[in-house]
Amino acid sequence: MSSTKSLFRTDPGSGLFFNKSAETLMKVNAITAVVFLLIGGILASLVTATRMPTLHTLPTAEFYQALTAHGIDMLIVFIIFFEMAVLYFASSTLLRARIAAPRWGWVQYILMMVGALMTNYAILKGNSSVMMTSYVPMPAEPLFYLGLILFAVGALIGCFIFFGTLVIAKEEKTYEGSVPLIVFGATVAAIIAVFTIASGAIILIPTFFWSIGVISNIDPLMYRVIWWALGHSSQQINVAAHITIWYMVAGLLFGAKPMSEKVSRMAFLLYILFLQLASAHHILVDPGVSSTWKIFNTSYAMYLAVLASMIHGLTVPGSIEVAQRMKGLNNGLFTWLQKAPWGNPVFSSMFISLVGFGFLGGISGVVMGVEQINLIIHNTIYVPGHFHATVVLGTTMAFMSATYFLLPTLFGREIFMAPLAKLQPYLFGLGMAGFAVFMMGAGTMGVARRHWDMAFTGAPYAFEYPAIAYTLMGLTGIFAAMAIVGGALFCIIAVGTLLFGKKVDSKVGFMGFRGADSYTTERPPLLERAPADTVSHKNIGIGGFVAPGTFILALAFLATFVLYYFVNWKYLSSVWGLS
Amino acid sequence: MSTILPPTDVIWWKVPVDKSEGIWVSLALLWCLFMFAMMPIWHVYGNQNLSNEAYRTHPEVFQAKVDAMVAAHEVRRETQWNVPVVKPPVGSDVYMLGKKWQWYPALELKKDESYRLHLSSMDWQHGFSVQPININAQILPGYESVMTITPNQTGEFTIICNEYCGAGHHFMTSKIYVTE
Ligand code: HEM
Ligand SMILES: [Cu+2]
Ligand SMILES: [Cu+2]
Repeated sequence: MSSTKSLFRTDPGSGLFFNKSAETLMKVNAITAVVFLLIGGILASLVTATRMPTLHTLPTAEFYQALTAHGIDMLIVFIIFFEMAVLYFASSTLLRARIAAPRWGWVQYILMMVGALMTNYAILKGNSSVMMTSYVPMPAEPLFYLGLILFAVGALIGCFIFFGTLVIAKEEKTYEGSVPLIVFGATVAAIIAVFTIASGAIILIPTFFWSIGVISNIDPLMYRVIWWALGHSSQQINVAAHITIWYMVAGLLFGAKPMSEKVSRMAFLLYILFLQLASAHHILVDPGVSSTWKIFNTSYAMYLAVLASMIHGLTVPGSIEVAQRMKGLNNGLFTWLQKAPWGNPVFSSMFISLVGFGFLGGISGVVMGVEQINLIIHNTIYVPGHFHATVVLGTTMAFMSATYFLLPTLFGREIFMAPLAKLQPYLFGLGMAGFAVFMMGAGTMGVARRHWDMAFTGAPYAFEYPAIAYTLMGLTGIFAAMAIVGGALFCIIAVGTLLFGKKVDSKVGFMGFRGADSYTTERPPLLERAPADTVSHKNIGIGGFVAPGTFILALAFLATFVLYYFVNWKYLSSVWGLS
Repeated sequence: MSTILPPTDVIWWKVPVDKSEGIWVSLALLWCLFMFAMMPIWHVYGNQNLSNEAYRTHPEVFQAKVDAMVAAHEVRRETQWNVPVVKPPVGSDVYMLGKKWQWYPALELKKDESYRLHLSSMDWQHGFSVQPININAQILPGYESVMTITPNQTGEFTIICNEYCGAGHHFMTSKIYVTE
């Protein structure tokens, strides 16, 4: 494809430029993601209902089957399809470039789709209820692993199209200076993705051969170490992706600038530099790995990736604060925040994502990633409590925020049932936050994750958890129900908008797809550097701090963090001596 | 909208950092380094550390060690599964195996005494989880891990499995009785 044949359109509302091939790929990937979110959500309700002691809905085998499918369809299929859309958007739309190799984009899509269907089919057949981690030597059907491998190859192609598009943008000089911060963030996500997929290949390809009998044995410890190089790093992709979306929303809604390009980009780079053996924090209580190795790697090398997230946690709201203050909301500590558009689901989803990820997901993750504290948390239901706070409150809500933005811009349709869309982020966010917190609580009472029966019916020795553990699991279920309603509402709004949302112009067709008449062959104008600030930083803020409100919030975060950290050490010090 | 636009300054990496950001980065860095230091410090001064002692083994070899211990120190049998309860000498090597779907055998230990507890799996991965104190460790087939445990309270403790191991996962319970 030569550049002259590429088609572009401008979105009048946002001023963004869409390349036709890239636009179509973004749409199909995003729509597919939401469909899988819906499937994963239905499975979530079955799993949750079974874990509620009073309901205990599914029989044993079906529970583990549904749980395996829920993990895979959410964490892998939904998230990665959406990330493909994000990558196409960040490279092609934001840099105003034609997409590299659009046909390969279809290969990406089809491979991922075939892979996802294959793995789901294997799970549905019933012999692959091995959880998404598929720890050997518990066997799944060959199709289970093969599906995951195909899916990963598809995703890898998506990453290379992203890199190719960056190269085209550079060569065809579509932008001035350095790439925007959020293209930088997306690039970090894509680089980590390549590392992740390579680890996945190293472990899943032999496991596939083991499942068809070509390889006789896979060492379970080696499997865990390498599997988590895939499993953990993919969470780092999610973090890079959702932080990128936070910055994007700050820019789109507030016209915010990064407080410092240097600091934000360094923080993104830390994710790549200190990623390598982050799998360690999943192996903290495994035999056969030394404490030295665990200590160095658990915190992704001296907690420097944690540092990166703490930096973004300040700079994202800080950049919003600075932008708001420059617009005149310079009074007091928090006027800028009070006057934020809380009724706009793009903002509310993003802000809940930021706060939820930091306070609930971040703190709990660091604490349970301490080598010794992991002893009192490993494999309890605290763990799903933690990662629903990171990957659902954090990543999924950031993706919801992006969806609310993309529905009118990309799909050309106004949000359907807008009043409910205002409410949806709060419903989902509060439900998820409660769900995560109560699961963490139940985990500290010892309730196991991935466990069908907390009453141990039929076991040789009866065991009863303290009554409070039952109460906490009940509350978990109630808040989950709220999150499920919020999640269902999101799917209804998203799909409803595509089908029934008011068209922003007459050329928008079925599901928001457009005919060739929306596009021209004219190249978009050069993407220029951001204009200089009109208000000096000296004229805003308090006491020499340009973002004093955010700074105070960050201190409150640190205080919570320190307190919770020591509470856990205190609790650890009371249990049996171990050496 | 400059998070989505190229940086304003050509040489953006030389633009000075604001105070809110600079102080925060320093505080966060200090906290991170402190947390990093806590782990080695606890190895020196703390009483709860997982040992690094582990060996490669085979299910038959490990089973034989468990059987020898049961034969030597069994004190009674319990439950409809006829689980042996073993009262090993203070300070000795104690063995427990996980298999689909049982922890075997049950133990009777003395408070404030130390025992070298060996753990391994006969088949798939299992999760050794002592309730209600909530101490947890991963158990792998082919690996024998050794941890020295010193129960600091008397009572009945239940071992459950918290690594998913198939349909009978929730049947896996055993006991550690701690007496004066
Ligand atoms: C309303 C929304 C959701 C609810 C109510 C929900 C509920 C649950 C529950 C009850 C479990 C089982 C915990 C256990 O027994 O171990 C679980 C596991 C899990 N969930 Fe969700 N979930 C939701 C959304 C999501 C989303 C959006 C993602 C990912 C993006 C996700 C990823 C996972 C993963 C990876 C697991 C672990 C599966 C495993 O142990 O292999 N969930 N979820
Ligand atoms: Cu991880
Ligand atoms: Cu189990």
